[in-house]
Amino acid sequence: MERLIIKSDQIHTWLAKIIETVPRVLAPVKTGSKAEFKEIKDAGSVAYDVITTTSSVKASAFPNTETLFAYEKQGTDTKIYDVAEENFLDTVIWRARPCDAVGFGPLTKIFNWDYKDKLYNERFSRLVVVSFACDKADGCCFCTSVGGGPGNTAGSDIMLTKINDKETLVEVLTDKGQKLIDLCKDCFTKADDSIDKESVLAKIPVRFTREQIHEKLAKSFESPIWKAQSERCLGCGACAFVCPTCACFDIQEGAHGNHGRRVRCWDSCGFTLFTQHTSGHNPRPTQATRWRQRVMHKFSYMPDRLDIYGCTGCGRCSRACPVDMNIAEHLTNIANNE
Amino acid sequence: MSNNIYIPYVMVVDKITVEAPGVKTLRLRFQNEEEGNKFEFKAGNFAEYSAFGEGECTFCIASAPTRKGYIECTFRKAGRVTSGLDRLEEGMTMGVRAPLGNSFPLDEWKGKNLVFVAGGIALPPMRAVIDNVLDRRDEFGDVTIVYGAKTVNDLVYKEELKEWEERPDVNLFATVDPGGETPDWKGKVGFTPNVLGEVAPSSDNAIAIVCGPPIMIKFTFPVLEKLGFKDENIYTTLENRMKCGIGKCGRCNVGPMFVCKDGPVFSKVQLNALPPEF
Repeated sequence: MERLIIKSDQIHTWLAKIIETVPRVLAPVKTGSKAEFKEIKDAGSVAYDVITTTSSVKASAFPNTETLFAYEKQGTDTKIYDVAEENFLDTVIWRARPCDAVGFGPLTKIFNWDYKDKLYNERFSRLVVVSFACDKADGCCFCTSVGGGPGNTAGSDIMLTKINDKETLVEVLTDKGQKLIDLCKDCFTKADDSIDKESVLAKIPVRFTREQIHEKLAKSFESPIWKAQSERCLGCGACAFVCPTCACFDIQEGAHGNHGRRVRCWDSCGFTLFTQHTSGHNPRPTQATRWRQRVMHKFSYMPDRLDIYGCTGCGRCSRACPVDMNIAEHLTNIANNE
Repeated sequence: MSNNIYIPYVMVVDKITVEAPGVKTLRLRFQNEEEGNKFEFKAGNFAEYSAFGEGECTFCIASAPTRKGYIECTFRKAGRVTSGLDRLEEGMTMGVRAPLGNSFPLDEWKGKNLVFVAGGIALPPMRAVIDNVLDRRDEFGDVTIVYGAKTVNDLVYKEELKEWEERPDVNLFATVDPGGETPDWKGKVGFTPNVLGEVAPSSDNAIAIVCGPPIMIKFTFPVLEKLGFKDENIYTTLENRMKCGIGKCGRCNVGPMFVCKDGPVFSKVQLNALPPEF
């Protein structure tokens, strides 16, 4: 790993080079008072004054809606068309947060559990993640409770940390990251060993540990806590849609006449129909059982089956929830639940 | 790009059999013969069947792996996709992703007596095992089948039931719910679990395979227990809603176990360890 320095006024010179060279650059762009990851064509359109975007950046590898294959019915025959290579673009994610970058870990494990999901892998392998360490956090952030942190480099190809108004530390973490550095070699100088990244990072208190939650969940399936915590849940699914690690999806059909596509769309375990059988029988018939599934999947089933937790502590679900369910509070309660 | 796991085999509907009101069996052959020759599956594996234009749905493969050259899909017309399958005519094409999931441990059952208990539309998943066993008849002991449906008309595989009835090496007990019998019905009248208790197959050196609606399974387990069947000798196949069938879409899990990857076949010992989420 190489540590470099870039002068603050050079950052956009470098970004302009990236935009010029790379087919697609995604960065937070203001939408009203909030921001979302969007394709940018101009370095000036990046929104730096938000802690995180409303949605995570997972759509770059796992789009909200994507074609799995297309087909055409020809008389009694059916012809199938695979997804074309042109659909997969080399992409730089600019100004991700550390909690965005680590989110690809669980997604990659889910999409490669025995069966390799080429569509995800093709997109993910073309991503270069440029993260910015967090100097601010809000009350929803809890990355330090789930193994992350405001300067955590896991999952990033490059991490930038603003040391002061003039200088930004650049940690080059992978070969993919190095290639981006090479686009503007003159922008960077070697970093002094004395530069202390930790001192400029946001302070985010540790409220619980993942292991505590995991241990408690082993005995909590029948706990009344699920009903208590989910009493106000509307089952709207917003938490799953903004989550960087939620990978549950639906497969639907889009057909017009003899032409059609099989389509994958984001889904949520919070929806009644998610598990409902055609007969009407539903293994998870109440919002309490669905909320339990959400927590159990992320903090019990995933670590047990995939050796990774399904939460990065980004806090997006809490920010997006229309009835103010705060996952960090709920997890703290589970950790302290007897 | 190759190996797109969501692309189904294109299969041709070779033969359609109407089994019961709303229930049909489609006999399918691979359009691409080479794919067909390479295709292998085991009894218990399931498939994602698709009617192009409507979507995919999940059923166990209803034919036995020992019957080569085709697979069969038996379904009840209920929702959008099965209505699409129902509209297919012989010679038309549909999609199949298979084989998926685990299978019944037939090789472990060599030399054992087998007791099959099935209700209604749950005979199809079991028929793959029964036919497989009958095609390897010498390897197994007694074969007892207790099969029940609501009415005589609702019994599926009527032709095969006749064949099994006539075979000296199969003990078939077909039953219909009280009130579902016809004047010339010669089988039993009564609910499947009760008939199982009446028939009382021995649990000595025996395996029980149970498949049916949740209510039937619920009442069948205590009967088996009474007959002396140990949990490790009782098997069932779970049906949860699925989309991907390959452990990714996130809906079929029962606690930490994914029906699509760890199942659909589970022993009662495994079921006992799972939360009541199916």
